[in-house]
Amino acid sequence: MVENRPWLTVFSHVVLCLGVLVTALPIWIAFVASTHPADSMLSGRTPLLPGGNMLENYATVLGSGVKAAGSIPVGTMLWNSFVMALMIAVGKIAISIIAAYAIVYFRFPLRKTCFWVIFITLMLPVEVRILPTFGVVASLDMLNSYWGLSVPLIASATATFLFRQFFLTVPEELAEAARIDGAGPLKFFRDILLPLSRTNIAALFVILFIFGWNQYLWPLLVTTDEGFYTIVMGIQRMLQAEDAEPAWHEIMATSMLAMLPPVLVVVFMQRLFVKGLIEQEK
Amino acid sequence: MAGLEFVGVRKTYPNGVKAIHGIDMAVSDGEFVVIVGPSGCGKSTLLRMVAGLETVTEGEIRIGENRVNELEPADRNIAMVFQNYALYPHMSVFDNMAYGLRNRRTPRDEIARRVAEAAGTLQLEGLLDRRPGQLSGGQRQRVAMGRAIVREPEAFLFDEPLSNLDAKLRVQMRLEIKRLQRALGTTSLYVTHDQVEAMTLADRLIVMNAGVAEQIGTPLEIYDAPATLFVAGFIGSPAMNFLSGTVADDGAGANLDGAERTLLVAPPASARRGRITVGIRPEHLEPVSRETAALEVVVELVEALGADSLVHGQLADGGEGAAVTVRVDGARRVAAGEVLSLAVAPNHVHFFDPDDGKRLA
Ligand SMILES: Nc1ncnc2c1ncn2[C@@H]1O[C@H](COP(=O)(O)OP(=O)(O)OP(=O)(O)O)[C@@H](O)[C@H]1O
Ligand SMILES: [Mg+2]
Repeated sequence: MVENRPWLTVFSHVVLCLGVLVTALPIWIAFVASTHPADSMLSGRTPLLPGGNMLENYATVLGSGVKAAGSIPVGTMLWNSFVMALMIAVGKIAISIIAAYAIVYFRFPLRKTCFWVIFITLMLPVEVRILPTFGVVASLDMLNSYWGLSVPLIASATATFLFRQFFLTVPEELAEAARIDGAGPLKFFRDILLPLSRTNIAALFVILFIFGWNQYLWPLLVTTDEGFYTIVMGIQRMLQAEDAEPAWHEIMATSMLAMLPPVLVVVFMQRLFVKGLIEQEK
Repeated sequence: MAGLEFVGVRKTYPNGVKAIHGIDMAVSDGEFVVIVGPSGCGKSTLLRMVAGLETVTEGEIRIGENRVNELEPADRNIAMVFQNYALYPHMSVFDNMAYGLRNRRTPRDEIARRVAEAAGTLQLEGLLDRRPGQLSGGQRQRVAMGRAIVREPEAFLFDEPLSNLDAKLRVQMRLEIKRLQRALGTTSLYVTHDQVEAMTLADRLIVMNAGVAEQIGTPLEIYDAPATLFVAGFIGSPAMNFLSGTVADDGAGANLDGAERTLLVAPPASARRGRITVGIRPEHLEPVSRETAALEVVVELVEALGADSLVHGQLADGGEGAAVTVRVDGARRVAAGEVLSLAVAPNHVHFFDPDDGKRLA
């Protein structure tokens, strides 16, 4: 907007700066804490400038974990989280895009019913169905496995719905032109619909990856084997050190590491968005 | 190459809409047939049945000698050009044209040859690497044509391919399509609601109304002898004047409602009695001296187009519904309120039965 109202400009800038401050300050403090030796966090005065122990702290955490809390190396937990988040994101996208394709492009009996059944599952997030889901996963012998961590979270009404809305905006003539060009249903999906959905897939991937990465309750339930702990639940366990003060410097280092992958995904995928937006002129 | 045949073709949509009420016609090999009619009359439906995008409820469609009712669109050997072009937005111009050929497992060098040839014909050479989004409307239109040409089909199907272009480009593309079709000699079905497009492109014209083919014939046959009131009013611009009246007692003319004189053109023998509708095209009414006039019109409004002027008026003592439009030479000055005396050549007077709208012959 090109408006010349100086007070409005000043006011909006102040609000924005405050917002940035509120968001960034805790992260900054966490970062600072992760660079100090153990005792400076316990002295009662929170330092505001980075200390000199950064490399040591991060190396300890990544390599051997937080000793006092008996945790496994953070590297392993990062890997577990990464695998889980990736499986959830990819699985959700794969299943929901296929489901949306079926609902939009095929006439089959009970099509409407299928759509509504999928839609209704929006009302049943993991937390609501956690006991039966746990029962199923346990009886399928999937506790303490990547499958157990990800499969129950894969079905996604939201993503199905988003893809459906997108497919409805694709002109019908495109499907007809493809039919005349001799593309069967699978070819049409692969050659035309999938490339056209690229931007949507990228956007959903970011959202779903972060959704997967941030899972807390479910991993807490299905993993008893330390080898499958994810980082988000791992941080919480570090606080439960027995007979000792929490090792704040190492916990903060772990937190910083836990924040990194989602940030990287956003930064990396942002370039894809922009590219997609530029290319997809209609 | 092959002709096309409709035998008793009907279409009822699943929701019960009866879109086509029985079409019988044969399109001969290499012929350019234009389907014209008002919105919703079933033009697209008919075309889409040929393409295989809609099922045929009843009757048979043949391409060449073969019944194609049950064939998939890709197996019918047709190519279609859509109104919004339906180009694949993520593919280059080359890939857009090549896609159908690749799906039919055409050898690579053959694809390259055909695309290059089509690009040459359509002046698309420099644009093969671009995406549809980076082209102008006219260029997209050409790519859509190119995609049809490279298939080397038995028939081209066009569904209002020019209606998204501006007026000037439309005229230019119209000529190009005609030239191209002549050069390739491919049987073509072309849907439009623009009657100028219809008249200029067609070898033969199908005028449709509400799911029925009202008349099938060459553009001039239809212009000279419209078979129904609907066709008479639809083909020709500005539209034909319709005047109602009664057959004169001696059968040698018609007494038009609201006119002083009897129009001295004998209605055909089949209309010896009663009410009648007389049709005269605006361009066939000629200003003459008062004594020789067949009609007198009070001028209400004049639209000067330059080369000629459209004069809108009423029959001199006309009541309701006696509006008349006349096309006069642009050099002639006509003012509102003036009374124009007009004559018409007998062969340019059309008679219709007002009850069923059929031409009286
Ligand atoms: N998929 C459909 N389902 C039900 N009715 C339809 C469908 N498509 C078209 N119709 C109906 O069939 C009739 C003919 O439609 P059609 O699209 O053939 O008209 P058209 O002559 O091509 O019109 P336009 O010039 O506006 O494109 C219309 O009454 C329309 O409402
Ligand atoms: Mg149409």
